[in-house]
Amino acid sequence: MSNNGGKNKQNQDKGELILEDVTRVFRLPGMPSCNALKKCSFTVPRGSLTVLVGPSGCGKSTLANIAAGYDHADSGKVLIDGKPVTGPGRDRIMVFQETALWPWMTVMKNATFGPTMLGGMNKSEAEQRAIALLDKVGLKDFRDKYPAQLSGGMQRRAELCRALVMDPKVMILDEPFRGLDVMTRELMQEYLLTLYRETGLTMLFITSEIEEALFLGDRILVMTNLPGTIKTTVEVDLPRPRDFKVLSTERYRQIKSEVMESLYEEGAKIFAKLDGAGDLMGSCRSGA
Amino acid sequence: MARAATMNGASVAYKMRKFLASKHFTRGTLAVIGFFVLWQAGSMGLMPFMHAIPTPVTVAEAFWEFMGTGKYWQSWMDSTLRVTYGFVAAQILGIPLGLGMGWNRNFKDFTYPLFELMRPIPPLAWVPVSILFWPTNESSIAFITFIGAFFTIVVNVLGGVSAIPRQLVDAAVSFGASPRQVFWRIVLPATIPSIVTGMMVGIGITWNVVIAAEMIAGNTGLGRLTWEAYLAGHTPGIIVGMISIGLAGYVSSMAVKMIGDWLMPWKKVF
Repeated sequence: MSNNGGKNKQNQDKGELILEDVTRVFRLPGMPSCNALKKCSFTVPRGSLTVLVGPSGCGKSTLANIAAGYDHADSGKVLIDGKPVTGPGRDRIMVFQETALWPWMTVMKNATFGPTMLGGMNKSEAEQRAIALLDKVGLKDFRDKYPAQLSGGMQRRAELCRALVMDPKVMILDEPFRGLDVMTRELMQEYLLTLYRETGLTMLFITSEIEEALFLGDRILVMTNLPGTIKTTVEVDLPRPRDFKVLSTERYRQIKSEVMESLYEEGAKIFAKLDGAGDLMGSCRSGA
Repeated sequence: MARAATMNGASVAYKMRKFLASKHFTRGTLAVIGFFVLWQAGSMGLMPFMHAIPTPVTVAEAFWEFMGTGKYWQSWMDSTLRVTYGFVAAQILGIPLGLGMGWNRNFKDFTYPLFELMRPIPPLAWVPVSILFWPTNESSIAFITFIGAFFTIVVNVLGGVSAIPRQLVDAAVSFGASPRQVFWRIVLPATIPSIVTGMMVGIGITWNVVIAAEMIAGNTGLGRLTWEAYLAGHTPGIIVGMISIGLAGYVSSMAVKMIGDWLMPWKKVF
């Protein structure tokens, strides 16, 4: 990958995430069973920032949970560097929709929790790593604050640090910037791109915002409605590093309309089905 | 408990001084003074139905008399001890029980139905059985006090464990925490706010219960003191007892709130 900046070379050899024919059916007592994912296959190449977009309720979070190992596939495989995923692991760190910082720990304790688990690093080593990362996102002076004392954007940055300090092979970000105001969101996107450039980590970024997908991604995977599977893959060949100027280029508009067309087709299907069947979505929540 | 930084790192003495100078304290004091003024006015015949109630001044005189007796202070001591025993025992047994029910489905399957069957039984309904069962009056009153706080704390802790956001546990598992580490470092601290709420509610209940239990089964205590004043037709004495119980409850609530604030430096009790 030419766009990794090459600061952290060792990461470029790891972190290929492959999903093969992943199917997931939710069966809840007293409700019709719900096919969340059906034969969903895709590859997140090493060191790439792959973005998954799709209509809401299409199984994006289910997919993230399966890739992270919190949920299982009913059939199909999830592979990290060729090894099957059987549960949560330190090689895949998830950044959640709502903040998952532990409220009773300071920013520093949050960031050093992971590395010190399972007899990993000793405390001072972990703290050094954490401080370096916190410094990068402007949180060094807030290390002794509790999450509730931080703004929404700062919480998200702290959470990115907490994930990055683990030096995972793959980072899974499930709509991490949802609920932030537009300015903070744009700032967070730039922070993320900086961190991505410096670490060269493989990232799977899930969002429902097309602009966000285009600004961040190397490739965009568009998901279908339920049962979710990959509808199209769009390569985003916009040059990096990207800034807001990229939004006014012709190429940006072309890719955007390509993604939008694909998404709107799916959106339109939902409404067509709702007119007919009525309760398509009602019985089906991913639960995550 | 890890206490790397408190939300408010100032000393207790400093905080106390600041509170006494604050508008919050002034407001509370004004309300209490206002209450006594109204009461005085009422019992001087300015309000209907209050002619039989002694005035605050009469009560204050009775208070002064009571305070001069050893029996009064012994009553404080006895009731406080009973509340403390019952309350502490309820925490020691209730917190682990609630955590266990919330953490382990099998354990909950065994314990919850029995627990729910016992919970609606009022503490005072336990008095006769308690007197038969426990060797001394003292222990049976403490037991009834325990019953008052126990069910509240268990329900609060169970609710707290069940309400832990899933991603807080998921994140820790991803980071490589073992089940034991998840329990001690995530589940337990995440439940502390519910434990503190349970304690705050529980301490109030223990005072309600201990007073009632003393009226039925005790020979001493603030409840007994109030009851004896009633039997003797000494109305100011009844009110002295009532105010004393109120004060005792207030002081112990504040103590529990301080424990709560100490247990969770990341947020205030209220």
